[in-house]
Amino acid sequence: MNENTPDTDPWSAAAPASDNTAASAITDPQGGPAALADAANPYDTPPPPSGSDAWLEAGATPSGDFLSAGADAPAAGLQDGGFQLHRLWDGSLPVQDWINQGLDWVVLHFRPIFHALRGPVDALLGGVEAALVFPPTLVMIAILALLAWQLAGGVLGVATLVSLAVVAMLGIWSEAMVTLSLVLTSLLFCVVIGIPLGIWLARSERAHKWVRPVLDAMQTTPAFVYLVPVVMLFGIGNVPGVIVTIIFALPPLVRLTNLGIRQVRPDLVEAARAYGASPWQLLTKVQLPLAMPSIMAGINQTLMLSLSMVVIASMIAVGGLGLMVLRGIGRLDMGLAAVGGLGIVILAIVLDRVTQALGQPRRDQRQRWYRRGPVGLASRLLQRRSDAPAHGGMSSAPGTPQAPQARNANAALTRAG
Amino acid sequence: MAKTIRIENVFKVFGDNPEQALALARQGRTKTEIVEQTGQSIGVFDASFTIEAGEIFVVMGLSGSGKSTLVRLLNRLIEPTAGRILVEGENINDFNDARLREFRRKDISMVFQSFALLPHLTVLDNVAFGLELAGVDKAVRLPQAEAALAQVGLDVWARSYPDELSGGMQQRVGLARALAADPAILLMDEAFSALDPIIRTDMQDELLRLQLEKRRTIVFISHDLDEAMRIGDRIAIMKDGQVVQVGTPEEILRAPADAYVRNFVRGVDAAAVFKAGDIARKTQVEVSESATRGCRPALKRLQQHDREWAYVVSPDHRYLGAVSADSLGRALKGHEGPLGLSHAFVSGVAAVAEDTPISQLYGLLVDSPCPLPVTGAQGRFLGAISRTTLLKFLDPATDPHGNPLPEPAPAAA
Repeated sequence: MNENTPDTDPWSAAAPASDNTAASAITDPQGGPAALADAANPYDTPPPPSGSDAWLEAGATPSGDFLSAGADAPAAGLQDGGFQLHRLWDGSLPVQDWINQGLDWVVLHFRPIFHALRGPVDALLGGVEAALVFPPTLVMIAILALLAWQLAGGVLGVATLVSLAVVAMLGIWSEAMVTLSLVLTSLLFCVVIGIPLGIWLARSERAHKWVRPVLDAMQTTPAFVYLVPVVMLFGIGNVPGVIVTIIFALPPLVRLTNLGIRQVRPDLVEAARAYGASPWQLLTKVQLPLAMPSIMAGINQTLMLSLSMVVIASMIAVGGLGLMVLRGIGRLDMGLAAVGGLGIVILAIVLDRVTQALGQPRRDQRQRWYRRGPVGLASRLLQRRSDAPAHGGMSSAPGTPQAPQARNANAALTRAG
Repeated sequence: MAKTIRIENVFKVFGDNPEQALALARQGRTKTEIVEQTGQSIGVFDASFTIEAGEIFVVMGLSGSGKSTLVRLLNRLIEPTAGRILVEGENINDFNDARLREFRRKDISMVFQSFALLPHLTVLDNVAFGLELAGVDKAVRLPQAEAALAQVGLDVWARSYPDELSGGMQQRVGLARALAADPAILLMDEAFSALDPIIRTDMQDELLRLQLEKRRTIVFISHDLDEAMRIGDRIAIMKDGQVVQVGTPEEILRAPADAYVRNFVRGVDAAAVFKAGDIARKTQVEVSESATRGCRPALKRLQQHDREWAYVVSPDHRYLGAVSADSLGRALKGHEGPLGLSHAFVSGVAAVAEDTPISQLYGLLVDSPCPLPVTGAQGRFLGAISRTTLLKFLDPATDPHGNPLPEPAPAAA
């Protein structure tokens, strides 16, 4: 929420923050090839300031020598002069320059569009954050614990209550809620993008073939590499934080949705078709319900990965627990960093357990969701109050139209009690 | 109302260049040759036959013979490469997507070998699944599904989930799901093959019972010949995608089209398929009961034919009883003048109906002093079965009529 100077020029504001990361991000993975590319003047691109270049040089130069020596030998052996093969792999692919030029060009021409994209994300994020931060701490803890009870059962409800109380006692409640809002917003976007994408990949072999390497890249590219272009396009603050998190956390949801749908037994799909299911009915009545454990595992993974991005995102001025950790490291205040880290871990464990419990197919619980948990309890209490004057208690229920419901409620009450 | 299915020159080629494979197939190349030359696999090769309304039509064959492909052509889970499939005169290959869905929801349903029940739905919701797809309202479809479930005797399990039921019960649910929309055609793809033998027999009885309640056209895929013989009104035998023979169980046992079919049916329990009427012979002496012809001429005829037994029939050929030379002699001893044949009847000779399975005759024949008389409709005498006849019938080296097989076929695998 607390954007820093969005109206002036986020890029200039980003420069100091990203200087460090940008330099290492650009040269780090490409340092090796770049050094090979032009061994004569290895770094015509921005010279890295710190001691890292000594390390790079030390690492890169010998290998460059080795390679060029290796390439020279056969060339000399074949014929002198004429076509020199080593030229082909010595810097004929200046990707580094292309990317820099391309990014400059995109930034120059399309930044307003990217800035316009900030609007909706920002609004959503702000809304979620406000909703989480606005209620008093104790009320919010109660709400979240009840939610966990409803979704994942009584034990987890209590565990959530205790965990969140610890967070509050640590004095990091508002930071935790900022982080939670970031994670939930990212999750929402991941679900909106990831599940349809996963369904598409499960249906189209060609799409699967083309999108898979993209997902691989999203998952394995070091976050610092795309941190820079995202900052150049979107500025700094929570919105690019969400975008970076989405990039990192989306792939497992896509993959697991795809996998879940592909793993639906083919004879069930065939049976559904044989009984006249349209493609939409096949998806909604057979494939998605049966893929649900897998999809929930994907959502769980997405949540965990978003939480692990919190610290990295704090480098581009995302607030919350990650910022605490970053500050703690910066000031060598290990206590601060540890408390922030502890908050992240507690959030992660609570979210993990709740989403995992959601992913378990619950056969033993025959009741609908509104008959379970706090909602069920509340409705039963209400029902009992309204039943009491009419029938003089629950015992008169059998024989009436609501008999099965009442019996259910009875059973549930005894179980709950 | 049951529907007729006509299959006309249907081909199915798996592969991306079916025309090439079809061209080769029309030149008379075998399935293996075509796979070698083109890499295309022939699933069904020039199948043409008619499945009559209301019959149980069994498609038999070893695995890979194309029978599962054939049945999936009937509801277009697999599209044919060439040929026409007419259901009640309508070519189902002309159906567009919407019409096809309509057809699958209303007219044709399928039971699968693997049961294919949806694990996330209760038994009742599974049975109602087809109706749900058809957009039938919950208030209508659930009672209908309950009725279908009651038909197979599983109504108390409605709230359970499929994996809480045994295999046989699951397949009953599969059957109920197929019956829920009251379709005219039922496709059963190895429906009972995954069940153990006793349950399988139960399910076959169940199917026959359901067929008595309401006749549907049932296309039943099986690799179990005993099953086919037991429930099939007619049987088609497939080999390498080709339909080798179509006929009633008796026809197939009596006149196998080729060595393959003969080999195939070799192991079948013929005694369970054939009926007494099939092997009864009229080589015995028949005498008519009449006022003028009594015991004496009967004895004379027996001596002429050098036989021990004679069967007495009424003028309209109804069976009345059996007499032997001994019994006639005893009756005539010390008796003058004509004597009615009924005085010489041998007790303990009961006629069997012509539709008695041969497997039930063994004990009767052991107890009977004479060849068993067989009667048809209204007690008509059809012939008798002697012990020799029965032994010849049971001998696997002869055909059901006791003639030696034309060629000694290689031992079945």
